[in-house]
Amino acid sequence: MSNDIAYVRKEMAPDMPPPVTQTGIMGWMRKNLFLDIPNSLMTILALAFLVWTVPTLFNFLIGNAVFVAEDGTLCRAPEAGACWAYVIDRFDFYIYGFYPDSEYWRPNLVFIVAALLITHLLWPDLPYKGISAIAFFVGLPILAVILLNGGSFGLPEVTTEKWGGLMVTLIIASVGIVVSLPLGVVLALGRRSHMPFVKYVSIAFIELWRAVPLITVLFMASVMLPLFLPEGTTIDKILRALVGVALFQTAYMAEVVRGGLQALPKGQYEAANALGLNYFKSMYLIILPQALKHVIPGIVNSFISLFKDTSLVSIVGLFDLLGTVQATSALVEWKAPHQATTGYLFAASIFWIFCFGMSRYSMYMERRLDTGHKE
Amino acid sequence: MSEVKEEDISVDRSKMTVSETDVAIEITDMNKWFGDFHVLKDINLKVMKGERIVIAGPSGSGKSTLIRCINRLEEHQQGHIIVDGIELTSDLKRIDEVRREVGMVFQHFNLFPHLTIMENCTLAPMWVRGIPKAEAEETAMHYLERVKIPEQAQKYPGQLSGGQQQRVAIARSLCMNPNIMLFDEPTSALDPEMIKEVLDVMVNLAETGMTMLCVTHEMGFARQVANRVIFMDQGQIIEQNEPDAFFDNPQHERTKLFLSQILH
Repeated sequence: MSNDIAYVRKEMAPDMPPPVTQTGIMGWMRKNLFLDIPNSLMTILALAFLVWTVPTLFNFLIGNAVFVAEDGTLCRAPEAGACWAYVIDRFDFYIYGFYPDSEYWRPNLVFIVAALLITHLLWPDLPYKGISAIAFFVGLPILAVILLNGGSFGLPEVTTEKWGGLMVTLIIASVGIVVSLPLGVVLALGRRSHMPFVKYVSIAFIELWRAVPLITVLFMASVMLPLFLPEGTTIDKILRALVGVALFQTAYMAEVVRGGLQALPKGQYEAANALGLNYFKSMYLIILPQALKHVIPGIVNSFISLFKDTSLVSIVGLFDLLGTVQATSALVEWKAPHQATTGYLFAASIFWIFCFGMSRYSMYMERRLDTGHKE
Repeated sequence: MSEVKEEDISVDRSKMTVSETDVAIEITDMNKWFGDFHVLKDINLKVMKGERIVIAGPSGSGKSTLIRCINRLEEHQQGHIIVDGIELTSDLKRIDEVRREVGMVFQHFNLFPHLTIMENCTLAPMWVRGIPKAEAEETAMHYLERVKIPEQAQKYPGQLSGGQQQRVAIARSLCMNPNIMLFDEPTSALDPEMIKEVLDVMVNLAETGMTMLCVTHEMGFARQVANRVIFMDQGQIIEQNEPDAFFDNPQHERTKLFLSQILH
């Protein structure tokens, strides 16, 4: 009997390559496309769906689309697809709104400076981040106000009523993002504070703003706020929308960050305390870097939804990107069956480019910050 | 219970001297409650500089809570705790002062997972003591060598084994150059193979004359390294004695029962 059980390995087994069916393109197709009958069926169905939709879409977007035209005549042809010529004709309006042509260089310059600073800030491992952070958070807003609004340094004034298009969308979204993240962190920490006053003020702020729709906030800011202000004082419409959007977003951000703070094990707080780090140092060095890393998807989710929600400002009479597209959708000289559709497609693709960019960047950061620690 | 036998631990006692006059920690008539639960009752404990004290007892006996009161991770409600001449009150400045001088090692290591081993070790010296980076790194390297993992300095905690992480945690505490070290079940979360490497580091530390308070179930370590063993149950100190007397001739019924259960 004992001979059946006893066993001693005499040589260690060598490493061997996996069977061919498991590797390379064949292995991949076998595993992902034709693993079993339901899987193969799904593959065939998906292919059929693509064959059915892609040519139609291609014809509409490119094949039969009108790219160059003086007016809507070509777009009115029965087979005509998307009327891109109309979007190209109105392009300046979609980007700058009613901003005067001769002053386009001003928003352009602000955009370029902002883009350079953001690239420098978001690109890991570049030096002098401190300088560009100061430039971005202090210098850029001042530059933007001086350049965009004008009225000083010999620049003709362009009042905010004339601002519009993608410019307004980007201004509202970036102010919302830049204000809401730090304020949200402060409120999230406040909500977890042991000091009752700080704690309840934070809770009240968060719960108040989170529980009202953004449309209500914008209406209140633009219609009701002037009623409470002394006669004669006016606050710029765009500024009111900015404050409304930023505070609204702050409340959401605070709750996202709080989720991250709660996910951290108590031991991290204790270890930081035991080393003698005070509250602010332990938050700054230990707790927030980890908590924010945990909630990157949630933070970016908030940013993306904020970016798209900026189109709500059109209901208080501001012309953001979607507002300008909508305003021209019934333009007589471009009248065509797909005029409005093409405009919305354009607006949608601009939104998509920005939102997808944020999403990809956040995934890149998540991978980069992953130090292989699983709690 | 323990995989590490007494014979495995060899100790050089030449520097392990207990001061006759310098008091490291003095706890008098201390009581603590968690809500309504009276978790520590009437604690009186005087620890001289250079003492190595092992605190043993069943789970829930309050031994972890007791050492966590010494660096004020837990607040006591009655009595006095004086650490290194500083009384712990709600004064945050004094608490930070005490924490600078008292190192702590946790059961679950609590390394900072987003920082490298080197950064874990230099963070507190740089931000709390204001030591320049180069000097802090030199000190960190010195202690990482002492816990025998200098080659891991640039890795992240998640890439290390449990035993290595705990040794880093000890090095991280030592980088603050503390006068007193607290150990809260430092080997309880480790695989048997790794317990010895951590105990070796602790023995090594004891040999330098460090004042140590260890909550541990490693009775081999207690017998070889401690100069005093404290037995706690139901939030009270039931018995304390020199290790040989404690293990060979326990007095209290509860101590006898406990020892009979953990020693075989």
